[in-house]
Amino acid sequence: MSEFALLIDFGSTYTKLRAINLDEAKILGSSQGPSTVTTDINVGMEQALNNLKNSLGSLPPFKYRLASSSAAGGLKMVTIGLVKELTVEAAKRAALGAGAKLVGIFANRLNSIDLKKIVDLHPDIILLAGGTDGGDSQVVIHNAKKLGESSLDCPFIYAGNRSAVDEISHAFAHKNLVITENVMPEFNVLNIEPARTAIREIFINRIIHAKGIDKAKGQFDHLLMPTPSAVMEGARLIADGYDNKTGLGELLVIDPGGATTDVHSIATGNPSAQGVIQRGLPETRVKRTVEGDLGMRHNAVTILETVGLDELVSLSSIHGEKIREMIAYLSNNPDSVPQSPEEIALDNALASTALKIAMKRHCGSVEVVYTATGPVTAQDGKDLTQIKTLIGTGGVIAHSHDPISLLKCTLSSLDEPNSLRPVSPQILIDRDYILFACGLLSQVDPKAAFNLAIEHLTNGK
Amino acid sequence: MVQKTIVTGVIGSDTHIVGNRIISMALEKAGYKVVSLGALTPAEDFVKAAIETKADAILVSSLYGQGELDCRGFRDLCTEAGLDGILLYVGGNLVVGKRSWDEVNAIFLDMGFDRAAPPGTRLEDILSWLEQDLGKQ
Repeated sequence: MSEFALLIDFGSTYTKLRAINLDEAKILGSSQGPSTVTTDINVGMEQALNNLKNSLGSLPPFKYRLASSSAAGGLKMVTIGLVKELTVEAAKRAALGAGAKLVGIFANRLNSIDLKKIVDLHPDIILLAGGTDGGDSQVVIHNAKKLGESSLDCPFIYAGNRSAVDEISHAFAHKNLVITENVMPEFNVLNIEPARTAIREIFINRIIHAKGIDKAKGQFDHLLMPTPSAVMEGARLIADGYDNKTGLGELLVIDPGGATTDVHSIATGNPSAQGVIQRGLPETRVKRTVEGDLGMRHNAVTILETVGLDELVSLSSIHGEKIREMIAYLSNNPDSVPQSPEEIALDNALASTALKIAMKRHCGSVEVVYTATGPVTAQDGKDLTQIKTLIGTGGVIAHSHDPISLLKCTLSSLDEPNSLRPVSPQILIDRDYILFACGLLSQVDPKAAFNLAIEHLTNGK
Repeated sequence: MVQKTIVTGVIGSDTHIVGNRIISMALEKAGYKVVSLGALTPAEDFVKAAIETKADAILVSSLYGQGELDCRGFRDLCTEAGLDGILLYVGGNLVVGKRSWDEVNAIFLDMGFDRAAPPGTRLEDILSWLEQDLGKQ
């Protein structure tokens, strides 16, 4: 008798289900229903379950029922730090690493305009950082007082200068505050794991309830994490393997969506050539970047603005005016699926462009600096040229007729020799949207999760 | 007594790190908290590091003769970033060509550095300058 698991993604548009046969590490069935979190989340969930039942005949007993969520706007966070390249960046990385959707990033002293902006953004969690341990405390205390006096009633996480903890606790006396370790305890030293853990705990313990997702708690045993985190955990499992089983090694996952494009890397990103000097903040091995301006639907206009009309014309062979018209339609109809050859051509052009830019921003770059003793190569960000595996996921990739060509657009190219994008990785496609399910399942049965991924990721043929 | 924090580094496109490292080690031994930025450090990075760590002083090294260009506007950058009155030292082979030390010293003091150190300055001198200048603050 086989054992089964049900993995649920309460998404922003759909409630997606994957039923897994754990012994065979195969998908037993997939289904989806609408996302109904704004009214009653159970409606969409029940519809999805019924669809699953209809396709399977009957539902098997599930050993695990695990869920992730990006419904109700995802996990909306505001992060605050002191210097843009230092604690602001560290706080941002902690939030993105926890699967959050960053709606606002602030540096230095908050003024009343900033504060009004933050209130209007309605964040689910605010992460406050600033100062190394024993470093600046004036700014972070100022910011804590401002936030403490505001009307904001969301949970706060403090991950700044440890020396200021007493003043911070005092400033937040009437708020919900979690104090954790500094995201940058020493100059240029990153310590984002404690802040990530704090974010995840608040998400599970409070945000799920606040968003009404726990109304469906009869349908699942645990809601483990935000969906982007589940994808990241899936990527980590595939890269690292489990117990004694070796994974695929360093890899990249790229996930173009309607509003944003996510890129995850599981790789140290150290320089691949000798004598290269690394600049800037140290990189974490597991890194997620989110391009809020690169979305296939909501942000199709920004893609056009970023690359220019000529580029899209040459990629799609569609007339310029027609492209503008079609893009305007896409922005207003984010659920539309391309049907005609023209629509498919434009979608491909938008996707390849968004993917290429997102990959370029995620990967590092090199620059030759001329010194008195000769030229020196300096690297900013991660060197991902030697990555062995690139995985494409998300609806755009899954529905594409030629996802391999789409993903090839993201690779290293001769006209941009300073960009450290992958040179010749094997390309795998997540046709069944299985990565999130693997990430959830990895928390309870890593072996089945790993085999499931290996079984279902295809080389696109 | 509160431990004082000092930011050190070699400014501009200069890779000569040895002297700067020796100074950093001596400062640590003398009880300072040292934030060492190393070689090839842009002026902006000194300022950013000093803000986050609430540094009491910045010690800028320049050994390749371009110091005059690299350090121009350094004090303004600090003031702009809110580091009013932070103690600034500069030292090394600060200029090329035959100019007297008095002339060079005047150029850098005029730029807003509190002290300039010619080649061959002894570590003991730097430490006693710091003691004197930070004691005043």
